[in-house]
Amino acid sequence: MNTLLTLKPLLALLPPLGLPLILSSCRSPNVREAWTFGAALTMFAVIASMLPAVWAGQCLEFTLVQVLPEVSIAFRVDALGLLFALVSSSLWIVTSLYSVGYMRGLNEHSQTRYYSFFALSLAAAAGVAFSANLLTLYLFYEMLSFATYPLVTHHQDQEARSSGRKYLLYILGASIGLVLPAMLIVFHLSGTLDFTAGGILAGKAGTGQVTVLLVMLIFGFAKAAVMPLHSWLPAAMVAPTPVSALLHAVAVVKVGVFSVLRVITGIFGTGLLAELNLGTMVAAIAAVTIVAASLIALSQDGLKRRLAFSTIGQLSYIVLGAALLSPSGLTGAMLHIAMHAFGKITLFFCAGAIFVATGKKYISEMKGIGWRMPLTMGAFFIGALSVIGLPPCGGFISKWHLVLGTLEADQIVFLWVILFSSLLNAAYFLPIVYQAFFCHPEESLFERQVQEAPRWCIVPPLFTAAVSVILFFHPQPFLHLARMATRHILGGF
Amino acid sequence: MSAHYPIFLVVAPLMAALVIAIIARERPGLCPPLAAIALTASLWSAAGMLCRVLAEGPFSYHIGNWPPPMGIAYEVDHLNALVLVAMAAVALINLITTRQAVASDFTGREGYFYALYLLFCAGTFGILVTGDAFNLYVLLEITSISGYALVGLGHRDAALASLNYVFMGTIGASLYLLGVGYLYLITGTLNMADIFSILPRLFGSKVVVAAFVIAMTGLFMKMALFPLHGWLPNAYSEAASPVRSLIAPLTTKTMIYVMVRLGLYVFPPDFTFNHLLFAKVVVWVAAAGIVCASVLALSQTSLRRMLAYVLIAEVGYMVGGFWLGNRMAITGAILHIVNDAAMTLCVFLAVGSFTHQLRDDRFATLKGCFRRMPWTMVVLATAGLSMIGVPPTCGFFSKWYLIGGALTADHWGLVAALIFSSLVNAVLFFRVFEIAYYEPFADPHQEHRPALSYAEAPATMLAPMLFTAAGLVGLGLLTGRIVTHIIDAAIPAAIL
Repeated sequence: MNTLLTLKPLLALLPPLGLPLILSSCRSPNVREAWTFGAALTMFAVIASMLPAVWAGQCLEFTLVQVLPEVSIAFRVDALGLLFALVSSSLWIVTSLYSVGYMRGLNEHSQTRYYSFFALSLAAAAGVAFSANLLTLYLFYEMLSFATYPLVTHHQDQEARSSGRKYLLYILGASIGLVLPAMLIVFHLSGTLDFTAGGILAGKAGTGQVTVLLVMLIFGFAKAAVMPLHSWLPAAMVAPTPVSALLHAVAVVKVGVFSVLRVITGIFGTGLLAELNLGTMVAAIAAVTIVAASLIALSQDGLKRRLAFSTIGQLSYIVLGAALLSPSGLTGAMLHIAMHAFGKITLFFCAGAIFVATGKKYISEMKGIGWRMPLTMGAFFIGALSVIGLPPCGGFISKWHLVLGTLEADQIVFLWVILFSSLLNAAYFLPIVYQAFFCHPEESLFERQVQEAPRWCIVPPLFTAAVSVILFFHPQPFLHLARMATRHILGGF
Repeated sequence: MSAHYPIFLVVAPLMAALVIAIIARERPGLCPPLAAIALTASLWSAAGMLCRVLAEGPFSYHIGNWPPPMGIAYEVDHLNALVLVAMAAVALINLITTRQAVASDFTGREGYFYALYLLFCAGTFGILVTGDAFNLYVLLEITSISGYALVGLGHRDAALASLNYVFMGTIGASLYLLGVGYLYLITGTLNMADIFSILPRLFGSKVVVAAFVIAMTGLFMKMALFPLHGWLPNAYSEAASPVRSLIAPLTTKTMIYVMVRLGLYVFPPDFTFNHLLFAKVVVWVAAAGIVCASVLALSQTSLRRMLAYVLIAEVGYMVGGFWLGNRMAITGAILHIVNDAAMTLCVFLAVGSFTHQLRDDRFATLKGCFRRMPWTMVVLATAGLSMIGVPPTCGFFSKWYLIGGALTADHWGLVAALIFSSLVNAVLFFRVFEIAYYEPFADPHQEHRPALSYAEAPATMLAPMLFTAAGLVGLGLLTGRIVTHIIDAAIPAAIL
C-alpha cells in the first residue's frame, strides 16, 4: 500500500476545533448556528475529499509533531478510519439540524457552550479515527471524554451531577487505570506504538502478557461499554437527546469499539490472537454482553434507557465480529459501525421528537402515539428494523456478514448468540411500534393536543431512516471500505 | 558579557535586592520594575547559558579567577541549564502576575517584599549553578532564610507555620552540612567534580556511606518527601498568595535538583544506585509517600491545602523515579522537575487569582466559578488535566517516562502508586470543577439559578496565567526535543 503525505487529516479537524473560538464571539443564535453548519459541512467535505485516494488503495499520512523520541502525534487515514470519520461527520450535519429544532423547541440554556463542546467532541472523534498510533488515539480518546462531559451534564442539576460523576468514573477511571499502563507495557515490550497490520506484539510477549494486555485494553476502552463497564451509558442518557443521539449512539461509543478494533488488528494482530486462541475469549465476553444487555433492555420503560441498553448490545456485536478474526466477521464489524449508527440515531431522534412534542419519556405513556405523530413513528419503525437486522434496512447487511463470520470461524455458538439476540431486539422494539399504532390512545395521558414535533425535529430522523433503507440496496462506500480494510488487515500489508 | 552569565545570573537579583531594600521607603513605585528587570536579566543569562551548553557542551566559571578546587567554580551543564531556564521563567512570570496581589496584600511593605523575593531567587539560582558543595549550603541558607521571612509575612497563623518551617528546614540544612563535612573530612575537598573523582577509591569507607545517607536525608527533609513533609502544608497554605506561587514551584524542585546533582555528579552513580540498599528503600518510601499524600489530599477543604498535598505526592514521583536508577526513570524525574515547576506555578497562580478576587479559596467559595471567573477556571482546568496526566499536557509526558522507567525496573509498586495518584488527582480536580460548575443549583420553583456577579481577575493577571497554561501544552509537545537534546546529555552515559 502506498502512502501519501498530506495535510488533509489535520484540515479535517480544524473546523470543529476552531468553532468554539468563533462561537464565543457570536451574539446572535442564527449566526452561531450558521457557523456550526459551515464547520460541519467543511469537515464533511474535507473528509469526503479523501475518499478517492483511499478508494484507490492509498494511505494518507501526516505527522503533526514528534512528541517523544520514538512516538509522534501522527495521523494516518486508511479505509477503516475513513469509514468511521465519514459516518460521524455526515451525521454531525444532520444532528446539527436536529439540535436547532430540539434546543430551540425546549428553550435550553447555554446553547453556545453546547454547540462549542459538540464541535470539540466531533473533532476528537475524527482524531481517533485518523490516529496512526496508540498514543495519538489515547490523546483524542481522552479529549473526547472531557469534551462530552459538559454535554452529558448540560442540565447542571443534581441528576446531571451524579450521572456525570458516573460517566467520568467509568470512562476516565478505565482509561487511566487500564489503557495508560497497558499502552506503556506495549511500548516497553515492542518499542513502538504504531498500528501495523500484522500487530506489533508478535514474538515479543508471552501468552500471559498478551492475555492480560488484551483484557486491560478491551475493558479499558470503556466507551465500548463491554459489561461490566457499561452502566455509564444508561446514566449518560440524562443528556439532551441530540447528544445521546450523536454521541451515545455514534461518536463516543463507536470511538470505544473503534479503539478496540484498532487494538485487536493493529497492536495484537489477528494472527497472534488466533494463534493463542484469544479471539474466542474476547468473543465470549462480547457474547455475554450482547445477551445480557438485550435481556435488560426488555425490562426498561424509559425509551432512552431502552435504546441505551440496545446500544450496549449492538456495540458488542462489533467487538464480537472483530474477535471472530475471520474476513466476514471483520467486514461485518466495520460495517456495523456505519449501519448501526444510521439506525440508532434515527431511534434517538424519534425519542427526542416525542419528548419535544409531548414531554413523554416512558414507553408506557406512548400508547397510540403513532396516530398523532405518524412520521416520527414511521421513522422509528424503520430505525428499529435496521437495528434488529431485517431487510430492507442496512442493518441486515452487517448482520449478514457477522453471521457469515461465525461460520467462517467455525464458531456456531456465536451464530446462535447473534440470532437469539436478534429475536430479543425484535422483542424489545416491535412492541413499542405496535403500541404506537394499534393501541387506542389514552386521552388522559396527553393534556394538550399533540401534533408532530417541530419541522427540524422531524426532517433529520426521516432522512436517516431513508439512508438506512438506501444502505440496504446500495451499501457503498461503506461495504467497499470495510472490505478494503479487512483485506489490508488479513493480507498483512 | 556572555562569558560572565553564570555569575551575572546570581548577582543581578542579589544587587537589585540590596538596591530595592535601600529605596523601598522613598521610591516604592520603582521596586516592581526594578525586580522585573533583574529577573529578566537572570532569565536572559539562563537562556544564554542553555544555548551555549547546547552549542559547545558544559563549561565552568571560576569566581574571581581562582582555580578550583581552591576557588569556587560555577559549573554549567545540560542538567542545570535546563532547570535554571525553567526556574528563572517561573520567578519572572510569578512576579509579573502577582503585582496587583502584592500591592493589596503588602501595602506599604512592597519594597521589602520584593527585596526578599529577589534574595530568594538569587539563592535558588546560585544553588542550581554552583559546583561547590559548601557554597551550595551557603546559598541554601540564603534561600531558606528569605523563604522563612516570606512565609512569615502571610496571614494569621503564618508566623507559627514559618517557625515550624524554620525548625524543620534548619534540621534538613544542618544534616546536609554534616554530610558535606564528612565528605570534606575524607576527601579533603569541597569541589563537586573533585569529590567525584576521589570517591571511587573510597567506596568501602563507612564515612562515605554516612556522608551519603545523612546528606540525602537532609535533602529529603528540605524537599518534603513523605513522611518528612510536616512543614509544607501549613507553610504553603498560610503564606500570602504571591509568596506561595513563588516558593511552591521553586523550593521543592530545587532540592530535587540538588539530590540529582549529588546522586549523579558528586557520588558516582554506581555508588548511589547499587552500592547500598538505600536506593531500593527510598523508591518504596516514595511510592508509599505518593499514595499517602494523595489520600491526605482527598480530605482537604480548601484548594491550596489540597494542592499542597498534591505537591508532596509529586515530590514522591521525582524521588521514586530518580532512585530507580535507570535512564528512562531518571529522564522522567528530571523532566518532571521542569514540568512540575510549570504546573505548580499554574495552579497556584489560579489559587492566587481566587484569593485576590474572592478573598478565599475554600471549596464553598468556588461555587459558580465557571461563570464568575471563566478564564481562571480554564487555567485551573488545564493545570488539573496536566496533573491528572492527560496528553498533550506536559504532566502526561513526565508520567510516561516515570511509569516507563518503573516498568523497565520491574517496580510494580511504583507503577501502581503513580496510576493511583493519577486517579486520585482526577477525583480531586473534578470535585472542584463540579462545585464550580453545578453549584449553586437552580431554584426548583423559579427554574433559574441565583445570579452571581462576574468577578474575573484583571487582564494583567490573566494574560500571564493563560500564557503559563498554554506553556503546559507547549512543554508537552516539546518533550521529544527536551529529552533528546538536553536530558539525554544530562544523564551520564554509563546509566542505561
